[in-house]
Amino acid sequence: MIPELGQFTLIVALFVAIVQSVVPMVGAARGDRAWMEMARPAALAQFALVVTAFGALMACYITSDFSVLNVVQNSHTDKPLLYKISGVWGNHEGSMLLWVLILSGYGMAVSVFGGNLPPGLRARALSVQAMIACGFLLFILFTSNPFARVDPAPLNGDGLNPLLQDPGLAFHPPFLYLGYVGFSMAFSFAIAALIEGRVDAAWARWVRPWTLVAWCTLTLGIAMGSWWAYYTLGWGGWWYWDPVENASFMPWLAGTALLHSSIVVEKRDTLKAWTILLAIVTFSLSLLGTFLVRSGVLTSVHSFAADPSRGVFVLGLLVVVAGGSLTLFAIRGPGLKGGGLFTPLSREGSLLLNNVLMSTAAGTVLLGTLYPLFADALDMGKVSVGPPFFNAVFIPLMVPMVMTMAVGPLLSWKRGDLAGALGRLKVAGVLTVVVMVATWLLAGGSAGPLWAAGGLGLAAWLFLGSLTEWAERVRLFRAPPAETLERIFRLPRSAYGMLIAHASVAIIIAGITGSAAWTTEKIQVMHVGDVVSVAGYDLRLAGIQDNIPGPNYVSLRAHFSVTRNGSAVTELYPEKRMYRQPPRPTTDAAIHTNFIGDLYAVVGDPDGTGGFVTRVYFNPLVPWIFIGAVIMVIGGLVSLTDRRYRVGAPVRTARAAAAKGRA
Amino acid sequence: MTRKQRRLYFVLLGMVALGGAAALVLTAMNDTLVYFYTPADLQTKHVSPDRRLRIGGLVEQGSIQHQGDVVHFVVTDLTATLPVVYRGVLPDLFREGQGVVTEGKLDGQGLFHASEVLAKHDENYMPKEVAEAIKKSGQWQEEGKKP
Repeated sequence: MIPELGQFTLIVALFVAIVQSVVPMVGAARGDRAWMEMARPAALAQFALVVTAFGALMACYITSDFSVLNVVQNSHTDKPLLYKISGVWGNHEGSMLLWVLILSGYGMAVSVFGGNLPPGLRARALSVQAMIACGFLLFILFTSNPFARVDPAPLNGDGLNPLLQDPGLAFHPPFLYLGYVGFSMAFSFAIAALIEGRVDAAWARWVRPWTLVAWCTLTLGIAMGSWWAYYTLGWGGWWYWDPVENASFMPWLAGTALLHSSIVVEKRDTLKAWTILLAIVTFSLSLLGTFLVRSGVLTSVHSFAADPSRGVFVLGLLVVVAGGSLTLFAIRGPGLKGGGLFTPLSREGSLLLNNVLMSTAAGTVLLGTLYPLFADALDMGKVSVGPPFFNAVFIPLMVPMVMTMAVGPLLSWKRGDLAGALGRLKVAGVLTVVVMVATWLLAGGSAGPLWAAGGLGLAAWLFLGSLTEWAERVRLFRAPPAETLERIFRLPRSAYGMLIAHASVAIIIAGITGSAAWTTEKIQVMHVGDVVSVAGYDLRLAGIQDNIPGPNYVSLRAHFSVTRNGSAVTELYPEKRMYRQPPRPTTDAAIHTNFIGDLYAVVGDPDGTGGFVTRVYFNPLVPWIFIGAVIMVIGGLVSLTDRRYRVGAPVRTARAAAAKGRA
Repeated sequence: MTRKQRRLYFVLLGMVALGGAAALVLTAMNDTLVYFYTPADLQTKHVSPDRRLRIGGLVEQGSIQHQGDVVHFVVTDLTATLPVVYRGVLPDLFREGQGVVTEGKLDGQGLFHASEVLAKHDENYMPKEVAEAIKKSGQWQEEGKKP
């Protein structure tokens, strides 16, 4: 009964979405207010219906209803409740339902908070949102029905891929999707603006907070995925330039560019066409990511769908969305005249440079990700494009960008004074050189340090440059303390958001440099009692215990006693787990962190003579990567609390202006 | 600064970035592309020993030998075989008779020194390249697909 309810509400949601995509659009074209107003209740109804469907699927999972095929294939009564719930989106059908849920959630948000939007823009944007929803609802209903029944119902299910039974990964997909789908807001508003032929500051002020929400959640989602890979795959690495990682990274790069260019639209009323184009590209890359991951053209833990019809459907959707919107852009884009003029050396100019480099980086990642597919299709041989390619291309693009990140915020709008900005960065520059020399001296003569000094120097430059900008704005040490204090409190939240986000990039760069330059790895066979030393730590294999029962697995657990210079540091318990259903092994690394570096231990296979292969790493500065990512999200959230970007703010000020006009 | 001038700067900046990126991409591709071969390919094509490549096939039954942390095994596409040596912890799903892709370099004696062994996340997973290699050698047997 519950599955049928879910299926039924999905079908109704499809019809509501069809109405929502047609009626308001026609109404906006005709100027018919009543037809335009259809959009808001329709968006609410659509959300309510999809929530019901999603709730129905979740109920099936929680009660382990094995008459539903999807539950059979991805759940098991043994599973802890958390993974029964996360199992809802730990499979192809459920994750698509989650996608639509989030999409309709954003639509509902426009409907609820968008009271102050111009009615035409709101109606058109909601209509575009509903069109996307139509595409995905059709996709679910025709190719990936999560509510399909199975008869006779088996006694128990196949279980969830054990790799997905992990707290880090349980919430990785929802955050990632909040990001992916969040960019649909910028997209819908971009299309609506193209149809209206008008992009103004109010438009940007609407799009910015939503882009920021999407960007924050996407950042968090990517960071969670990376952290998961770090501690469960047992390789000691945190990023592999794997196609599925790239699939989430490309929209992030384009979204970051969009975030920055929409500032220019809002403040300076220029770069309009470019911003619209970025909004289209960002969402298209999100769809491309979905296609790559869901179609099965790439094999990985994410590719649930081996069914070619699904890949073709998503590809078709991608072609319609990207092709259609780019065509519309080609027709209407040239009509978007920008206002403010600026010289290349200005805040706009530096933001533009950020945009060009970010989009170029996204383009090269796209090329590297798709190249093996093209090469295969064109019969040029089977190739793989791995980390060496991406590192060789990506790093040279990012270095100039990070260097200008410290300078750009110090330039003024329209016409900046580069010499003045660099003059104010003197202290930062001197300290940067100090950091570089110190790194080089301390790290000693091995091959790594030369570029490692560059990496840490870059991090220091950005960090200190960001602080300099803040110090300038509050007139630190140059004005009386009382004035500085007042300025500190008066500085808008968005300025703090930028400071925090830019500083977090510096922290991440330091982390990446540390992990690439100074990671030490030891692989050996150990018997109980053996000691291995890495980076000044001594790890004694104190014991190995087999057949330890877990909720739905048994594990082999090694016990390392860690000492440093003879004094105890910690105990590490890496595990190898064997899940019952499906019968599959996983590795659980044990990590001890002191926030400057991670000691990372993995236990491997027995060698047959009573010993075990073990891997021990010391990963310096790696925690900074994840800490930096969290700080970056915090920066975004702080910026989001700026009252100027509070949703609905634009029209309130417009109203205030109108009131002033009357008075 | 007129609108035209600004557009010119924009276009120039874009061209420089794209040109630079293209140059980077082309040089990087030259050095870093890793081609995929099956053991049978290696018998017919000459591959220079210092080139990184990927080998795919099945781990031959009974071929895994552990010597401490060094592992020897044989990759087969059911027409030809290739001995592989690897030092390190093997992935969880590495098993005899299962598909495997490994990356590394050939030495002059025809032994493959793997620096990475990839056995993917799924127990049903057969790397696409491996499946095609086995189909090509005419030894493919369709397995009963799970519903």
